[in-house]
Amino acid sequence: MTKEIAIIGIGTTGFRATTPDLSFRELTYEAAKKAYVDAGVEPKEIGAFVATSEDFCEGYSIADEYAPDQVGAALRPIYTVPGDFIQSMGSGVMMLRSGLYDLVAVQGLSKASNMITKTYLTDFALDPIYNRPLKEHSDYIAGMEMNRYFYETGTFREQCAQVVVKNKRNAMFNPLAGHGCDLTLDYVMESPMVSYPLSELDISPYSDGAVVIVMATAETALALSDTPIWVRGIGWTSDTPGLETRDWGKAVYAELAGDMAYKMAGIRSPRSEVDFAEVSDEFSYKELQHLEALRLCSPGEAGQLTMDGVTEISGDLPVNPSGGCLGVGCLLECTGGQKVLDVVLQLRGEAGQNQIPDVTTGLAMSWRGLPTTTGAVAILSN
Amino acid sequence: MGLRRVAIVGAGITKFYRYAQETPKELAYEAAKMALDSCEMTLKDIDCVALGTAPDAFDGVHMNGEYLTDGAGAFQKPFMRHYVGGGTGVMSPIHGWFHVASGMFDTCLVIAEEKMSSAFPHPAGAFLTIFDHTTEQPLFPTLIWIFAIEMHRFMHRHGYTKEEIAQVAVKNKRNALDHPSAQLGAEITVKDVLDSEMMAYPVNRLDISPTSDGASAIILASENVARRVTEKPVWIDGIGYCLDTAYWCNRDLYYPDYVEVAARNAYEMAGIKEPSKEIHVAEPYDPFTYKELHHIEGLQLCKRGESVKMLLDGVTQRDGNLPCCPSGGLLGVGNPIAASGIMKIIEIFLQLREEAGARQVPGKPTCGLAQAWGDLMQVGTVVVMRS
Repeated sequence: MTKEIAIIGIGTTGFRATTPDLSFRELTYEAAKKAYVDAGVEPKEIGAFVATSEDFCEGYSIADEYAPDQVGAALRPIYTVPGDFIQSMGSGVMMLRSGLYDLVAVQGLSKASNMITKTYLTDFALDPIYNRPLKEHSDYIAGMEMNRYFYETGTFREQCAQVVVKNKRNAMFNPLAGHGCDLTLDYVMESPMVSYPLSELDISPYSDGAVVIVMATAETALALSDTPIWVRGIGWTSDTPGLETRDWGKAVYAELAGDMAYKMAGIRSPRSEVDFAEVSDEFSYKELQHLEALRLCSPGEAGQLTMDGVTEISGDLPVNPSGGCLGVGCLLECTGGQKVLDVVLQLRGEAGQNQIPDVTTGLAMSWRGLPTTTGAVAILSN
Repeated sequence: MGLRRVAIVGAGITKFYRYAQETPKELAYEAAKMALDSCEMTLKDIDCVALGTAPDAFDGVHMNGEYLTDGAGAFQKPFMRHYVGGGTGVMSPIHGWFHVASGMFDTCLVIAEEKMSSAFPHPAGAFLTIFDHTTEQPLFPTLIWIFAIEMHRFMHRHGYTKEEIAQVAVKNKRNALDHPSAQLGAEITVKDVLDSEMMAYPVNRLDISPTSDGASAIILASENVARRVTEKPVWIDGIGYCLDTAYWCNRDLYYPDYVEVAARNAYEMAGIKEPSKEIHVAEPYDPFTYKELHHIEGLQLCKRGESVKMLLDGVTQRDGNLPCCPSGGLLGVGNPIAASGIMKIIEIFLQLREEAGARQVPGKPTCGLAQAWGDLMQVGTVVVMRS
């Protein structure tokens, strides 16, 4: 295994449905401070910073203005990636590999509770000429995709409902998660339909929270940390923004991003080399679709594996042991941040009641949400 | 430091307009296609795409980067967007540099697009929400007000007059007459500037760059690819970027510390000790007339308080000792925020290749610099290039 870049510090606020007591600055400050203490560094020792934000989610135009202060980066090299946290992390990896820096911090934030018109916002991400005039509730895109995925792979609703049951139950034992509960399969199956075959409980709720990580080059990482978590591979890909031009059944972006990360990590057989995965499950079927795209199982197999308990924490291939988006809450641009955070906790053996025994390699994958086809993958090892 | 060398091998730029007929995607496509054609490459040769575009509110699309992907040639490729407000354009080649210098990619299409006319009736509206929601937004500030504050402070501190600063508009708009993409090239006088509509003292209409639609793109390549595709690669030898605090009211606005920090980082990387002697041609960011002078001082191209003397002595003219904004800058060529930053990069690229035509500065320049600035007067982005 090549040891080039490692995560040596993580910090988070935890994830809650609402945080009226804290501003976006305070959320980031808390996560940043914890990450720096965890890594044993001062912000002034960090070479550069990458922030993650998307204007309309923050409620500011050019929201990157507000990036520097709370991470200790005023008058320092910092810039913002309007993408997913794992893309920002990819940016950080490139910065470290370029040889210009030894330490880089990456920040991600969700203040979803500030957004009172989220679905209108998603509509605003659609092509203004071809797609936006349809004026449908944006979840119809997920419903259509779910239907096509079912048709192509033979997956059915019970299997997706089982994903909901599993993830929300995992979240009950994750102190950072905000939406854990113990549901029965029947209860999920009976939840009201939003856009057939997508029901209310198939959709992950939103959470607030921040994640900051500190990454270092090998020499610095070994000098500063006893438990560096190595970034073996990272990849990101965008498919197409158009509703007309995408493959509705398959998550092509996840496949391509996965391939990029596997290639970098030197992984030929993901199923045998990846011990567990945190993949985007913003909609229940997405977990299954992503597992297949990432070659962690064969096409059409993910649903059955879920029913058989293979993706439970006690199974052969635990998926979303943290509770995923369904249990932790969807974190907008920070979704990937939560995934990376939980993979690091597992690899350090700090995942508490949800700890999977003897894990060495974990995969974090995020998707940028409706209506995009952008995904990013990180492969980490201890 | 053993850094991997990265070169600019191709460039493309659309015309800058007030109201472009093209969609943002089409603008991006046009610039990307021109850049690829300029070095006889196709999308197959491109490993990844880095895209810069400033606030989503201009194009009127949430997750504007995602929307632009296919127009920007990123279909099924690694694609990442970055932004630092107005500094985005010069941040773009820096982000592209990271892509190639990391060794993860050999070629990178770097593209910047902005369509400000979609924000109707005027893109200034999009700037209402850049201010702090508690301490500033209730005052309904506009961008021009805060720059008027900065310009006033700059003038007061150094004893500059409006007549002197107006010379920047005269110079840049005249330079822009030779730029094929230019929106506002013109032969004007200092009197025209002073007689133009007063926006907020001391800023007149002709002190301000226009709002524009446009896109620009460059192709970055690693050394082995660059040597293969072109005989005249232009190397990115120094990069620097930094953001100052968002609490802009707490700073003395007469001097851009953030530009100085970014410039010093870039000079250190490029091994430049005496910038005013070693830089042969510069494209400092000039969305307002005084900003060019402000940035020349921040970039250490002259001592603090001496930029006006440089201007009046003709040093910054195209045939002067240190030509600044030979392209015509934002005041003349136009200001589609992110795209204007890459426009500056392209100008230095052409100048160093001696392909700038009527805009070519004399003396075979071998080292040039482009700089941009943005956000709440807090971003500095600097790229040093050598032929």
